[in-house]
Amino acid sequence: MEPCEAFDYDILVVGAGGAGLRAVIAAREAGCRVGVVCKSLLGKAHTVMAEGGVAAALGNMVSSDGELEPDGWETHFVDTMKGGAFLNNWRMVEIFAHEAIDRVFELEQYGAVFDRTPEGRIAQRPFGGHKYRRLNHVGDRTGLELIRTVQDKAVGAGMDVHMEVTLVRLLTAGGVVVGALGYHRETGRFVTFRAKAVVLATGGWGRMFRFTSNSWEGTGDGVTLAYEAGAELIDMEMMQFHPTGMIWPPGMRGILVTEGVRGEGGILRNSRGERFMFKPEYMPELYRGQFAESEQEAAGWLDDKKRFRRPPELLPRDVVSRAIYREVKAGNGCEHGGVFLDVSQRGAEYIKAKLPSMYDQFHALGDVDITVEPMEVYPTVHYTMGGIRVDPETAAATVPGLFAAGEVAGGLHGANRLGGNSLSDILVFGRRAGDGAAAWAAGKSLAELDPAQIADGQEQMLKPLGKSGGESPYALHAELQETMQQNAMIAREEAGLKIALDKVRELQKRAEGLAAPGGREYNPGWHATRDLVSMLTVSEIIVLCALERKESRGAQWRIDFPERDDAGWGTKNLVVHRRDGQPAVVESPLPAMPEHLKALFQEH
Amino acid sequence: MESITLHVFRGAHGVGSLTDYEVPVTPGMVVLDAIHYIQAHTDGTLACRWNCKAAKCGSCSAEINGVPGLLCKTRVDLFPEGDIAVGPMRTFPHVRDLVTDVSWNYRVNARIPPLRPDPARGGAPFDLQQEDVERVQEFRKCIECFLCQDVCHVLREHQRTDAFFGPRQMCRIAGLEMHPMDTLDRRQQLHNEAGVAYCNITKCCTEVCPEHIHITDNAIIPMKERVVDSYFDPVAGILRKIGVLQRQPRQKAAGDAAPATTIHSPPKSAD
Repeated sequence: MEPCEAFDYDILVVGAGGAGLRAVIAAREAGCRVGVVCKSLLGKAHTVMAEGGVAAALGNMVSSDGELEPDGWETHFVDTMKGGAFLNNWRMVEIFAHEAIDRVFELEQYGAVFDRTPEGRIAQRPFGGHKYRRLNHVGDRTGLELIRTVQDKAVGAGMDVHMEVTLVRLLTAGGVVVGALGYHRETGRFVTFRAKAVVLATGGWGRMFRFTSNSWEGTGDGVTLAYEAGAELIDMEMMQFHPTGMIWPPGMRGILVTEGVRGEGGILRNSRGERFMFKPEYMPELYRGQFAESEQEAAGWLDDKKRFRRPPELLPRDVVSRAIYREVKAGNGCEHGGVFLDVSQRGAEYIKAKLPSMYDQFHALGDVDITVEPMEVYPTVHYTMGGIRVDPETAAATVPGLFAAGEVAGGLHGANRLGGNSLSDILVFGRRAGDGAAAWAAGKSLAELDPAQIADGQEQMLKPLGKSGGESPYALHAELQETMQQNAMIAREEAGLKIALDKVRELQKRAEGLAAPGGREYNPGWHATRDLVSMLTVSEIIVLCALERKESRGAQWRIDFPERDDAGWGTKNLVVHRRDGQPAVVESPLPAMPEHLKALFQEH
Repeated sequence: MESITLHVFRGAHGVGSLTDYEVPVTPGMVVLDAIHYIQAHTDGTLACRWNCKAAKCGSCSAEINGVPGLLCKTRVDLFPEGDIAVGPMRTFPHVRDLVTDVSWNYRVNARIPPLRPDPARGGAPFDLQQEDVERVQEFRKCIECFLCQDVCHVLREHQRTDAFFGPRQMCRIAGLEMHPMDTLDRRQQLHNEAGVAYCNITKCCTEVCPEHIHITDNAIIPMKERVVDSYFDPVAGILRKIGVLQRQPRQKAAGDAAPATTIHSPPKSAD
């Protein structure tokens, strides 16, 4: 075992996005000493990418009749369950819809500066799947506002920050998580942490796909660490494809075009000029009658939300993604293989005020002026609904001492997440994870770390270093992306998924022989070997679950099982855990929803 | 043009030289794409920070032909001759290749007290008009790329990190100082440890800001004026001296307490 730096904390928070930092604030308020590990610099997490807003049913907006929109947690609950195709954990959704409201007010108390209504309240915008205007926002940079707010608050509350540290494994004692081993990217040297509880807030994973809005960090380290420590994972087949990623130019492929564009009146058209979202075949039964049925009605909704129904572009993300996929498949795509998204009818002044960073992004990077021309878009891998299975009350994972919040945790969003719900998720469950971890840590003492586990983690990490002649992690990564993109993305079927499974397993074997030339100091090729291990682990699990769920629900679209099977698959989640070193997929019945919550679906 | 030559600074701890790489060009390519191409095809050890690749996170700051900029937002077709030199930010301690140690910025930031809303006005939700918040929203657009810190003469030429917090933190303080609900008096911190007077208004920071924040005009100059009004008004000084004007009892001043947060750096060791 190589000697290394060592730190002791009450609570170790892994990941410094919104969920991790909100957990820090909660743990500090509970009096804990908190260490924070982040893979990048502080404040660079994926939270900054969120554009549209943070969903919470404040009910601030006034309708055309002068009345406030009758929004409330009950409607947010109903919308979130419907959007998730009822695979969500109802208790998580109930907690979420309730507490999101206070978490948003609290952000304002911490210093967040939201856009305002004429009456001086926080302004809310409409978004796909939300019945009322519910996304509290700051232009199209709400995520930046949110992370900077909780970052400043956490810095003020006091924490020990370890930037650019990647964790290699969680350390356990008698089946309880008691610490972690990581390495400094800057020096390549190892570091260990002892803690009474560990909160994973490491975000999602999308880098195993070629079209993704995820940064290099989205490799699934957190979910892999938890899985390897024995935690159960849930709904791992549910990967969200955001309907509107940039498709052109090639360097920008996958980069997000906020749903706010459609919320502000953006129109989707195919290469024939058809506004294809009006085609009846794209309207799911669940939503029939709730959306505008003509272009005039959709246009009227922009100024009068009460009298007119919303445009079908604002259907949930899974629905819009599939429609775009089918249009392109049917030969109605644009030259670069996407469809057109046009918001130019709103006028230059409005667009620059409401969507400033979208205007900038297309202007600077795509040579497109969105105030006069349409954007070209195609679905991009965006978000992971599935993740570590947690207790709704405490965010505890199924391994003692381990907690998880935010995108790395599963259960809240079911088969599909509504836009804006991720930012309220990280606030609600980030806080609960911090509280849960603090409660678990109370009265406990730090455990001794097992030198054998540390030595093993170090050995695994160092294996490819300095080797020449082996395979390059970059080349293997490209092969993985190609396989997952072709076979496990938006449209799935058994034959393709089996090809993907074989390929992923082949790549896992080949990854044993990876080589990373160079030294230990800030060596991205070496870091990539570790990221690839996480991606391969997660990819196998995604494909296994996608194969198992023989129905189409939410983000899981099986073209060989196109129907939604409410009586069968609709009654159960898929849960994965590690058995004899291999992922085992088991069915787990959905918890029964109490009658008083079922009744909400009649009323809201 | 079918390919470009990138001259990339390679080396560690400030010692190194430019190495040439041929990179095929694709439409709309940015410099970060070219760096990624080199990593994947030529040399996987080329060190470079990046995250969002959409100019939203501020990780990939570097100097392109000597000009501080985001690698993800700098198009290669800006340089039709096809020669692009890419180096690390020069103001911060060099780590390796394009990566520098920017942790100082986080340590300074930890010394700025967060918002303290007036409890007498009640807790959130606040009643605020759009006009009240727009001024502050400009400063809160900052993505912490630290390009303004990199280009600031006080920090770059004079290395006065001991005396001046730099434009980024001036933005942070301005966002708090001008927040309609904040009650802390931040003038003393601005005047003393933050060193607002060190800025000599060359506006270099404003020029490089990828978020187009008017750092000098909207953040630094108004705060300089507040500090000057408070510390250097000659008439008020005389009136105070002869006892006509009493020094206003200050609300609790900001910034004297030790920061609660520690930013750790890895122990330095030879590779």
